[in-house]
Amino acid sequence: MGSVNTVVSQASPPKKSFLYDPKVRAVFYQALLVVTVTYLFFQAGTNAYDNLQRAKIASGFGFLETTAGFDISQTLIPYSAAGSSYGDAFLVGLLNTLVVSAIGIVFATVLGFIVGIARLSTNWMVAKVAMVYVELLRNIPLLLQLLFWYIAVLGPLPQPRNSIEMGAGFFLNARGLFMPRPIFASDVAAILAALAIGIVGAVLFRRWARRRQEETGRQYRVGLVTLGLVLGLPVVTWIVLALVSTNPISFDMPRKGTFNLQGGMQILPEFVALLVGLTTYTAAFIAEVVRAGILAVSKGQTEAAGSLGLKPGQTLRLVVVPQAMRVIIPPLTSQYLNLTKNSSLAVAIGYPDLVQVFMGTVLNQTGQAIEVVVITMGVYLTISLVTSFFMNVYNRRMAIVER
Amino acid sequence: MSTAVDMSHYVRADKIEALPPPKLARGPVAWMRENLFSGPVNTLLTLLALYLLYVTIPPVVRFLFTDAVWTGADRSVCREDMVGHPVGACWAFIADKINFFTYGSYPAAERWRVNVFFGLLAIGVVWLLWLRAPRRDLGAVYFFWVFPVVSYILLTGGNADFGGRFWTIFAIAGAVLIAALAAAAYALNASIRTAILAGAGIVAAVGITLAAIDWDFDLLPVPTALWGGILVTLIVATVGIVFSLPFGILLALGRRSRLPILRLASVIFIEFVRGVPLITVLIMANTMLPLFLPPDTSVDRLLRPLVGTAFFASAYMAEVVRGGLQAIPKGQYEGAMSLGLNYPQMMIFIVLPQALRIVIPGIVNTFIGLFKDTSLVSVVGIFDLIKTIEASRIDPNWAAPTISYTGYAFAALFYFVFCWGMSRYSIGVERRLAAGQKR
Repeated sequence: MGSVNTVVSQASPPKKSFLYDPKVRAVFYQALLVVTVTYLFFQAGTNAYDNLQRAKIASGFGFLETTAGFDISQTLIPYSAAGSSYGDAFLVGLLNTLVVSAIGIVFATVLGFIVGIARLSTNWMVAKVAMVYVELLRNIPLLLQLLFWYIAVLGPLPQPRNSIEMGAGFFLNARGLFMPRPIFASDVAAILAALAIGIVGAVLFRRWARRRQEETGRQYRVGLVTLGLVLGLPVVTWIVLALVSTNPISFDMPRKGTFNLQGGMQILPEFVALLVGLTTYTAAFIAEVVRAGILAVSKGQTEAAGSLGLKPGQTLRLVVVPQAMRVIIPPLTSQYLNLTKNSSLAVAIGYPDLVQVFMGTVLNQTGQAIEVVVITMGVYLTISLVTSFFMNVYNRRMAIVER
Repeated sequence: MSTAVDMSHYVRADKIEALPPPKLARGPVAWMRENLFSGPVNTLLTLLALYLLYVTIPPVVRFLFTDAVWTGADRSVCREDMVGHPVGACWAFIADKINFFTYGSYPAAERWRVNVFFGLLAIGVVWLLWLRAPRRDLGAVYFFWVFPVVSYILLTGGNADFGGRFWTIFAIAGAVLIAALAAAAYALNASIRTAILAGAGIVAAVGITLAAIDWDFDLLPVPTALWGGILVTLIVATVGIVFSLPFGILLALGRRSRLPILRLASVIFIEFVRGVPLITVLIMANTMLPLFLPPDTSVDRLLRPLVGTAFFASAYMAEVVRGGLQAIPKGQYEGAMSLGLNYPQMMIFIVLPQALRIVIPGIVNTFIGLFKDTSLVSVVGIFDLIKTIEASRIDPNWAAPTISYTGYAFAALFYFVFCWGMSRYSIGVERRLAAGQKR
């Protein structure tokens, strides 16, 4: 009888604890998180405030207006130690980062595609050479490679008076690569206009060709026409102008002086080392991305294209590559971002990029640690987000539309 | 309906001769014709590749082996003008400096402690990575708890000297924690005994750890300023790995959680850290960590980049783990729930084991990246392998033209052996895991 009673009492509706309510738990956990994070930030903030007070560092972004007073070896905008502010120094560093990243991305993409396709070559020797390249470059830290290029390869170059002459006005010495600097006359506007017309024309032709192909199935030589319009038109304009009136583009050649080369355009060895290092390193990763993308296109696609009577070149251009691109683009985006972020290693070899100029020199001179770190990280975050946004847009346009 | 067709006109009566076998179906010559010279373009490519090899390989072999100098005490053996023949890599320099490259300025009499640390690390790595090793659960406990504590004591000398006041506070805090857990269990109608046991377990684990660090083992204290070389490189990598795996898993779970604030916090952390270069994280840790702490505390110079690397690696690990979590079919979650498992049980017993197994290659790849990235700590002034090489490179005792190349070659070899070994391992694991998918 007693056992029955206990069973009954257990079976009666259990004491409903509001602690069992998932909603209550969710609120509790998240409140705990918010409290902890707020507490940490509050502690850090008050400590930082105290420490800054003690070090007599005024917080705020006013220091950006102060005169910088240090020189930067490569500047794309007018800059002088005496007249420019920390804000200008920031811009110089930012532009230098963007330049080396942009050029690096172009070169790394070209080299990466070549190596990636070479790894899939039916030629055993070519495939193995590409494989060794990828394995070697991927498994050695980029910093070490940069130091190697900068100190071991570019370091022993001769002094300016013994410059290595490479012909066509190109000289190489310990101070960098010297090359002819173009001087533009006022007529250069005509060439720019020709370029603009060429680009617009190429875009219009591509649209028209696509529509015609959809209507009639006829294919046009889009690539050739584009090349002719974009590259050919300005070149023709240049030649015509040079023949008819004065040459719109002349070159300031570097000349050998007693101590240094005079004139021309100088490219810093730091820039060369950083560019070479970033390009070869990232290309190894891009090669793997490309290889994976091409391998992801099933063999049936190639066979189907073949059975339709397409030539191997057409198969590659019209069937394999468009499908491979869909697989390639997302990881390729991360490689572009990695390259941009890795350009911050410039600090190790002294190329004046954002981190070297701003997080290095400016931070040390002003002691404005928080502001400088926030600005620098903000810049990289913005670059990352903008890049991934545009690549996502492109990716969405290229992605398979499933029906 | 008999339409007899005279087949004799169409069917051959006599046997035709068998064709001779193809002259070159196999063998080296056929292989070469197939793979190297199958057409004019391929022949050209082969010749190009051969030329490339001709340009690169002989100088490298000559530099690394043929012309290399293996023994000697100072620069005189490695200078072309002093020995009278071309000099390649100066391995004598490496041999002379190998202790500096390995231990930095760690006191010579205490270097056995570093060697023991290397040995313990090797045991932990093999235990965890060798898929058929016995009791890999114990291996995890060893690697993530015993090994860090023992290493800390070995390398620093232990004897943290907390003092009596600290232990009193610890005892009170422990008692409060246990009481709180018991109270929570009572309020939740759960087993109070389990709650007390769990609380006591946590307190005991933390207590044992702290007591071990506090205990005086009579080891000479070695400040981190003296550590250097491969020792520091391996420490930064190991700390990154030991912290990034659990933190990364927590962040990944947070990102996939249904709680909006928790998810938002995880997403912000992951995307923020992944969007900035490691070097800025390191500089931030270096300059801002002391700023954010109370004025009277000081952070060890080696600890700052360690915190930075751990954060950085966690964010990357979180994304790898998230990939694994997303790959687990929904049925697994539903099955776990229908068994009545709660969230931690579902994750620990059902989802995570499967998810982590899928992403082992990704985890190893993150480790490879982390291992290479440890070289960046040299930029913020930590004496890792790169920094020791940079310091030795300009030693006037060894002033010779090929010293820089030799130093970099040594470092490259070190990193390559580790990273390449790890990538081979991950390929092996991938193949093993794929074997189960084959039908």
